[in-house]
Amino acid sequence: MSDTQAVDVEIRAILVEHGRLPVDASTLAQDADLYQAGLTSHASVSVMLALEDAFDIEFPERMLKKSTFESVAAIHSALLELTADVAR
Amino acid sequence: MTALSRPAEGVGSERLNAACEVRVGADLVRVHDVAESLARFGDRYLRRVFTDHEVACCRGEPSVAAAGLAARFAAKEATIKVLRPAGPRPDWRSIEVRRDPEGWCDMRLTGEAARLADTAGMGSVAVSLSHEAGMAAAVVVAVCNK
Repeated sequence: MSDTQAVDVEIRAILVEHGRLPVDASTLAQDADLYQAGLTSHASVSVMLALEDAFDIEFPERMLKKSTFESVAAIHSALLELTADVAR
Repeated sequence: MTALSRPAEGVGSERLNAACEVRVGADLVRVHDVAESLARFGDRYLRRVFTDHEVACCRGEPSVAAAGLAARFAAKEATIKVLRPAGPRPDWRSIEVRRDPEGWCDMRLTGEAARLADTAGMGSVAVSLSHEAGMAAAVVVAVCNK
């Protein structure tokens, strides 16, 4: 499994545990709209905190927008940006 | 047309509509979800979302505390619906429910939330909170003078 795939697996596991989605997050398309799938504002807070724990990062205020958590692909992109910031 | 059904002279609705806009936001949160986040993430959850004042207002028996926090989270989300940010959302802690000693609540906005309110011409933001049967709700009303 590549690093990219491993990150996606972790994101989906967090969505399953904390996203409280009425659908199986492990089977959603990369670009499926998580809010359309049932992600609430409060659940997105838990998802954010679980992502911070799992990837040892912290989401800054500028990234606290709905689009950051709107899909697996968007979350992956945000994580890449944050881990790149940490590596610099 | 009877006198009772005629619009008051000099206070026509067209003039009022041109001068102000009323914005309403509402939100509903499951108390159980807040209790779970509190149990899983503890102080980090509280620090990221709530102010010291809000946490102090929600101390006590866990289920009662979770209901108070859930109502406050609903108020923050309802306020965001009223503020209508085009970009990043304001920090949750910049949208604060202040409880008066008499029991009623008001919203206090700081930082980016206050800037958005100023830009929209909001004079004040009113809130009402409620929780019952495992759900917490908030309604926020703001009048914008433009």
